[in-house]
Amino acid sequence: MENSILKVEHLNAFFGEAKILLDIILEIPKNQIVALMGPSGCGKTTFLRCINRLHELTPGARTEGKIYLFEEDIYKMNLIVLRRKIGMVFQRPNPFPTMSIFDNVISGYTLNGIKLSKSQKEEIVEDSLRKASLWKEVQDNLHKKGTFLSGGQQQRLCIARSLSMKPDILLFDEPTSSLDPISSNKIEELLIELKKGYTIIIVTHNLQQAARTSDYTAFFYLGELIEYNKTQVLFSNPAKRQTEDYISGRFG
Amino acid sequence: MDKLLKLRFYKDKLFKSGIILLTLLSTVPLLLILFYIVKQGITAINWDFFINLPKPVGEKGGGILNALIGSGIIIFIASLIAIPFGAIAGLYLSEYSRDKLAYWVGLCVDVLQGIPSIVLGIIIYLWIVKPTGRFSALSGSIALAIMMLPPIIKSTEETLKLIPGTIKEASLSLGVPYYKTILRIILPMGLSGIISGSILSISRVAGETAPLLFTAFGNPFITTNILKPMSSLPLLIFNYASSPYDEWHKLAWGASFVLIMLILFLNIVTKILERRWKIQF
Repeated sequence: MENSILKVEHLNAFFGEAKILLDIILEIPKNQIVALMGPSGCGKTTFLRCINRLHELTPGARTEGKIYLFEEDIYKMNLIVLRRKIGMVFQRPNPFPTMSIFDNVISGYTLNGIKLSKSQKEEIVEDSLRKASLWKEVQDNLHKKGTFLSGGQQQRLCIARSLSMKPDILLFDEPTSSLDPISSNKIEELLIELKKGYTIIIVTHNLQQAARTSDYTAFFYLGELIEYNKTQVLFSNPAKRQTEDYISGRFG
Repeated sequence: MDKLLKLRFYKDKLFKSGIILLTLLSTVPLLLILFYIVKQGITAINWDFFINLPKPVGEKGGGILNALIGSGIIIFIASLIAIPFGAIAGLYLSEYSRDKLAYWVGLCVDVLQGIPSIVLGIIIYLWIVKPTGRFSALSGSIALAIMMLPPIIKSTEETLKLIPGTIKEASLSLGVPYYKTILRIILPMGLSGIISGSILSISRVAGETAPLLFTAFGNPFITTNILKPMSSLPLLIFNYASSPYDEWHKLAWGASFVLIMLILFLNIVTKILERRWKIQF
């Protein structure tokens, strides 16, 4: 694959004795949206959490195999550097409740002890909020608590928080599953906007969402990567029986 | 049919009023106690009561200044010991709840909570007072600090456990190291629980007499030296209430009134703080 940013080679993931991911091989192209879909428990979220090494946090969890970010083995990289390069947005909006909107966006810098001047901070906050298309809604209330925003706004705040670190890849773990349709729509539009500057990997339950937003789709089932192809091809002409069954709603 | 419905209606009514009645009955003892102590104690309260030392038998008046200062110092030192340890232990229990050690620590905390305060007093007497050869406020503070630990640990643990794991993951996924995530994100979110647990534990030990009998011992004079015997409100109440003199009984009632008001105040402050500082996630 040309222009690949992330290369996954023979990745296996475990929770204690249970094997969650089986020999995953896949490449993620730069500045594209890749959707990971599949029924619950298929390992798509685990896969996502392997990419920024959050998976290892769970007691008893471990991985085998290799993942390369720009040819660099992520398991040999400094964890802190890796996580700054690969941002993550979670299923439920999770702004830091003790912080204002401004402090939330800039928190990646302040918490990591990176010193910035006031104007640099303001620039990063405005830029990140604009990219997350939240700036217009919150510019007059930057110093209010982030938790007073609506669910959709909170989720965009979390996106802005990740964007502030200027990551290469953004991971989204079902980012719209706790939002109403209008808020979800806004996030989807935002994703398409964001792919100009970032590579996006998104876990989704929602077939339409995968079809609407992504360029590539990976279908996971029982820990295996069944099929991975351009979204258009995968949806219109799936190569595998299981993919076809899933897409046509026969299971999942 | 209509009759059946009516019967159900009345049964519901009866049930509800029964519950309310029994609930009210269970608050009667508290109200009676409050009423009685206020009635007995309020006559002893005046400005002199707060700024004077107890007078010898036979002299009128006298106050509880020594006990007020003593209680203040003993509880302050106890808090200084108990709050950091309690908060850290609570943090450990919530962060590493799957560890074997956490299970045993949790069990120890539960057992510690059940140890009678008089036993704690005797233990501290044997471990600290006897080897050092004197009663001291410090030994009393240590006994109280041990009593304060379980509620502080429990409330810290429970508050921190309520914080969704994804908040911690959000911080980690920004590349923030684990220790900073705990210190800058998790602990500030749990602050209300730590503080309300601390205040509640203070109000719980403020009235403890037994652990102080063999440790702080009591002192009719004002002292601020924590290595010397020191008075405290419950000690003063115990000593004067068990004396045969009416004047001293009056002093004890007054001190009881002050103590109860103090505890009531601390409980109300806790409630307000809990509501104010409640963090939404």
